[in-house]
Amino acid sequence: MVTYIIRRLIWGVFMLAIVSVITFAIFFLVPRLAGATSESLATRYVGRTASAEQVKIAAEKLGFNDPLVVQYGRFAKGIVAGADYDYGPGVERCPAPCFGYSFLTRLPVWPDLLNRLPVTISLALGAAVIWLVAGVATGVVSALRRGSFFDRAAMSIALAGVSLPIFFTGIVSLVVFSYGRPLAFAAPGGSFTPFFDNPAMWAYSLILPWITLAFLYAAGYARLTRSGMLETMNEDYIRTARAKGLTERVVVFKHGLRGALTPILTIFGLDLGLLMGGAVLTESTFSLPGIGKYAIDAIVNQDLPKVMGVTLVAAFFVVVANLVVDLLYAVVDPRVRLT
Amino acid sequence: MSERSELTGGQSFLELKDLRIHFPTDDGVVKSVDGLSFGLERGKTLGIVGESGSGKSVTSLGVLGLHKGTRAKISGEIWLDGEELVSATPEHVRALRGKKMAMIFQDPLSAMHPYYTVGAQIIEAYRIHHKVTKAVARKHAIDMLGRVGIPQPDRRVDSYPHEFSGGMRQRAMIAMALSCDPELLIADEPTTALDVTVQAQILDLMRDLQEEFNSALIIITHDLGVVAELADDILVMYGGKCIEYGSAEDIFERPEHPYSWGLLGSMPRLDRERTERLMPIKGTPPSLINVPDGCAFHPRCAFEGRTEGRARTQVPELLETEGGHLVRCHMTREERRGIWENEIKPNLESA
Amino acid sequence: MMRKTTLGVTALGAVLALGLSACGGGGAASPSQSGAAPAGGDGAKAEFNAALTQVYNPSDKKGGIMKFANAGDWDSLDPADTYYGYSWNFVRLYGRALVMFKPAPGKESSELVPDLAENLGTPSDSAKTWTYKLRAGVKFEDGTPITSKDVKYGVLRSLDKEVFPDGYTYFNDTLDLPKDYKGPYKSKGVNTDKAIETPDDQTIVFHLKQSYSGFDYFAQLPATIPVPEAKDTGAKYKEHIISSGPYKFDKNEIGKGFNLVRNDQWDQATDPNRKALPDGYEVSTNVNADDIDNRLLSGDLHVDIAGTGAQPATLGRVLTDPALKANTDNPTITRLWYTSINGNVKPLDNLECRKAVEYAADKVAYQTAYGGEFSGGQIATSLLPPGIPGHADINPYPAGADNHGDVTKAKEALTACGQPNGFETNIAYRAERPKEKATAEALQQSLGKVGIKLTLKPFPQADYFALYAGKPGYAKDNKLGLAINGWGADWPDGYGFLQQIVDSRVIRDTGGSSNISVRDPEVDKLIDQASLETDTAKREPIWAQIDQKVMDDAYVLPGLWAKSLLIRGKGVTNVYVSDATGMYDYLNMGLQ
Repeated sequence: MVTYIIRRLIWGVFMLAIVSVITFAIFFLVPRLAGATSESLATRYVGRTASAEQVKIAAEKLGFNDPLVVQYGRFAKGIVAGADYDYGPGVERCPAPCFGYSFLTRLPVWPDLLNRLPVTISLALGAAVIWLVAGVATGVVSALRRGSFFDRAAMSIALAGVSLPIFFTGIVSLVVFSYGRPLAFAAPGGSFTPFFDNPAMWAYSLILPWITLAFLYAAGYARLTRSGMLETMNEDYIRTARAKGLTERVVVFKHGLRGALTPILTIFGLDLGLLMGGAVLTESTFSLPGIGKYAIDAIVNQDLPKVMGVTLVAAFFVVVANLVVDLLYAVVDPRVRLT
Repeated sequence: MSERSELTGGQSFLELKDLRIHFPTDDGVVKSVDGLSFGLERGKTLGIVGESGSGKSVTSLGVLGLHKGTRAKISGEIWLDGEELVSATPEHVRALRGKKMAMIFQDPLSAMHPYYTVGAQIIEAYRIHHKVTKAVARKHAIDMLGRVGIPQPDRRVDSYPHEFSGGMRQRAMIAMALSCDPELLIADEPTTALDVTVQAQILDLMRDLQEEFNSALIIITHDLGVVAELADDILVMYGGKCIEYGSAEDIFERPEHPYSWGLLGSMPRLDRERTERLMPIKGTPPSLINVPDGCAFHPRCAFEGRTEGRARTQVPELLETEGGHLVRCHMTREERRGIWENEIKPNLESA
Repeated sequence: MMRKTTLGVTALGAVLALGLSACGGGGAASPSQSGAAPAGGDGAKAEFNAALTQVYNPSDKKGGIMKFANAGDWDSLDPADTYYGYSWNFVRLYGRALVMFKPAPGKESSELVPDLAENLGTPSDSAKTWTYKLRAGVKFEDGTPITSKDVKYGVLRSLDKEVFPDGYTYFNDTLDLPKDYKGPYKSKGVNTDKAIETPDDQTIVFHLKQSYSGFDYFAQLPATIPVPEAKDTGAKYKEHIISSGPYKFDKNEIGKGFNLVRNDQWDQATDPNRKALPDGYEVSTNVNADDIDNRLLSGDLHVDIAGTGAQPATLGRVLTDPALKANTDNPTITRLWYTSINGNVKPLDNLECRKAVEYAADKVAYQTAYGGEFSGGQIATSLLPPGIPGHADINPYPAGADNHGDVTKAKEALTACGQPNGFETNIAYRAERPKEKATAEALQQSLGKVGIKLTLKPFPQADYFALYAGKPGYAKDNKLGLAINGWGADWPDGYGFLQQIVDSRVIRDTGGSSNISVRDPEVDKLIDQASLETDTAKREPIWAQIDQKVMDDAYVLPGLWAKSLLIRGKGVTNVYVSDATGMYDYLNMGLQ
């Protein structure tokens, strides 16, 4: 078990390294191949009407004149060992893990990421609770009453849920339930309050994003739960449970759901891991300053250190989520052995 | 029916009267069980024999009331210890299930929940009917596992089904079924999934336990060998109907229905040699939606020609031939006995 | 598609609103209902363009927290490192430069008034030396008195383009600095008195390499906001700026937003320009642009700080609803969308052929290409936008009665040029800009009517000036007769607007200049004349003269003077558009 985890962690670090190399290559190698020069890259990171000399200074400062391997090495070294920067009167120490300094703001990236994590975690966890409860409950009821009006209505809504994009449902929810409308019960976009500042405001500011995001996922989970339940409720062990004289409630929830939940748990873990890397559309639509919004802003501004940071954080969560899911799988399903 | 039922005023411990279980489907009504009647006393064993799809498993689930609340249409009567179950509420039947009547299923690997320990599943079965603490129930579960011959039951109680061998799993399944001392035990193909050597052990175990618990036992199987070991009475099902009923001796020594002959002929025996001597029944089991007109067995029956065509048009009645031995066939008793004595038996014994 | 969606959704909201009021009476008025009533208080009538030339909803009421939102983010909050108009507008809340544009509506706002200084600059040595006296009693937020050394330090650090790459280079280019001076971080201990002297704590003297009459415009730049050297942390200073204005930073999370609270060390007695009405400011950055518009309309937000106007989705909704439109302003800003006519490319070396282009161009189509009157701009008839002092209304090449181009005049000019059947040339534009592509297509069509055949040549915008349209050799060899262009002034001043686009001396063979067509020694002479003239009243007419001359040369086809549609926040007092920035003046807004 321990060796398994260690092996997986080593593999995870390896994956992160590969992800970082690919991201780096996309950002630096591809433009270079397309003919970009150090200067033309640097123009993006200086003011609107910078002189040619200013651009040259920036290119040198940002290290664009070094070979790509050296640039990547510097980045990798910063993560492992930290780095020194002189953007001011004295030399600043950027301790490990140093994801570098933003090309645009000349500020270290890592504190930004830490700073935005609570937003993304709040969004992801809140939405996850809603979609898990709503999705699974809907799926179970749909499965038990297959073909009923509830089943058909729920599955139609679920189809809409998985099909409609966040920037549509998000805007609709804002227009209907915010902006001072008669039905308003939620905060408009861009009003995140940290949980520890004021839990009530925290929930108020996140309720619409939660619901919107949860709607998308709940739909999928409802369908998944439904088909899973339909399958498990036909299993022999359900017949056995009934033959033992268990009440239908116990049969459904303890025996049926338990079997149907295992694949859902897997997907849930991976979804949550992905969301921890930022719910890009939701955060953009609701102007939540989370990892996803940070990623979008970084990509739009082509701010490589930020992009690298955000990619690695997202990849980290995916790797961890994968590991946790696999470990959890062994807990949930005793037949699974970790080797 | 049987002598005993006459004695108890027409009411055995378990008594089925004209039980019908029909399933409406898009293609038509599936008449899985179509007018089945029999009786069974405590301490006795009934073997229900038939091919897959003959309605034997549906019958057993019907007795347990597991078709209640589904789309199945059930009519007739099921009397268990003086209570009628077809008209009883689902909740009442549920309360009897597992306690008064229990079931052992065919494939214990799929019939036991893979995510719960064997112990937990026995404990659950016990506690649903007995208001006891978990600790008491656990002790009982260990005790039960010991009684069905599982070594180190106090350790194995925490094992998962997949950690058991096939035989051990079936023992555990039996332990679970017996955990509430049921008075009626239904075993559906209890040994089919097991090795031959293990089969014998399990059959021994069931016989011993039945004697110990003095319960009524129904063994459902397609394997006459199994019922030969255990059954007092045997009921042969075909196309949702009983086609022959009698004591084990009746069925093995004096079978009168061509289908029973077929079953006996296709029964592998250790005292017979090569498999080419087997005499399989030709054709396939009938569709339960479009049951053949007349005798359901006639398309496969080698002696259909001796009924002057009645087999094709009239459904034969289940009639007593001698001393509680019932047969559903158009041929006369004499014809049947003649065929058995002269044509079938010598063939079976020639090897 | 986006617009359709929003409209549909709005309709849904309205239906729901109706349903509710039908059931329960009008308890909670929806914003669209309350929007019909004037948002302003006493004497303010909600009217389209009500805040263009006067103060809308004037008030001296103090208190409240103003909420600002920004669809993007500041380049930097550091006064040394910021080059956005809205930032220069906003920075005055937490920093005091030597000079500022007068906080007043309309034309008045182009006037400079002293801020941290007691008076505007005193030129000497034929405008090569400029002296400012600081007001007494002005303090930083920590109570330290502000001295001329803090102003000098602020300017010097802004010279370090490695640390502050976003800013302008006006001071780098004009101050008489020691050779290879790289700012106080890298050139530690270098004596800079040659460029900036601080003879005493209240006096600061700037020495320029060349005479420049408009130095007061430099003195209003955020770089002259004082910075205490002891608190300077370089690039990180933007996280903890030491305020010299009426508000200081409370919480500041770069990329998310920040809060300003009152600076108790600021003294109203030292500051004739600021009212400091609200108790604080709450600013969120990187907010969804459509969300900003909706929140402005619903009253949840007071100001869209970027000041570039409503989003297309909102535009359609606002302009069709009189109640909503009454709470908007549509100022013309100091930006010109135009097309350069390159005299290096035959037959455009002939003035008459250039005139033919001027006459034939369909100005209405030009306007449509940029989004129409409200978000695109008003049709320009010369270079100098109306908001810049010295602007004179001239229209040397009337484009016909309906502005769709004057075919007759154009054909006459072509005949005079010796090309009566027209000619062929190319038109360059920036590939990433759909509006420029649409313009090129519109010109292709309207010029085609008189026989001038245009071929469209898109180029990548990053290298548009450095390698293609702005590189004289390339433009000539590839016959780029026309090139779509645009220019905005950093502040409303003829020099700032014109010099970079009409002075032929900024054109370099190596490329990179914004001027790619105007080559007239007389224009250059007029620019020199104006930059030496320290008397504003005499200087401003020269800009009009230059404008007229360039138009006579027909080197520039003016397209539009850009406009934007600004939404007035609900309950905001002292709202007015400043010509200096082309947006609402953020200095003296309050809440009623």
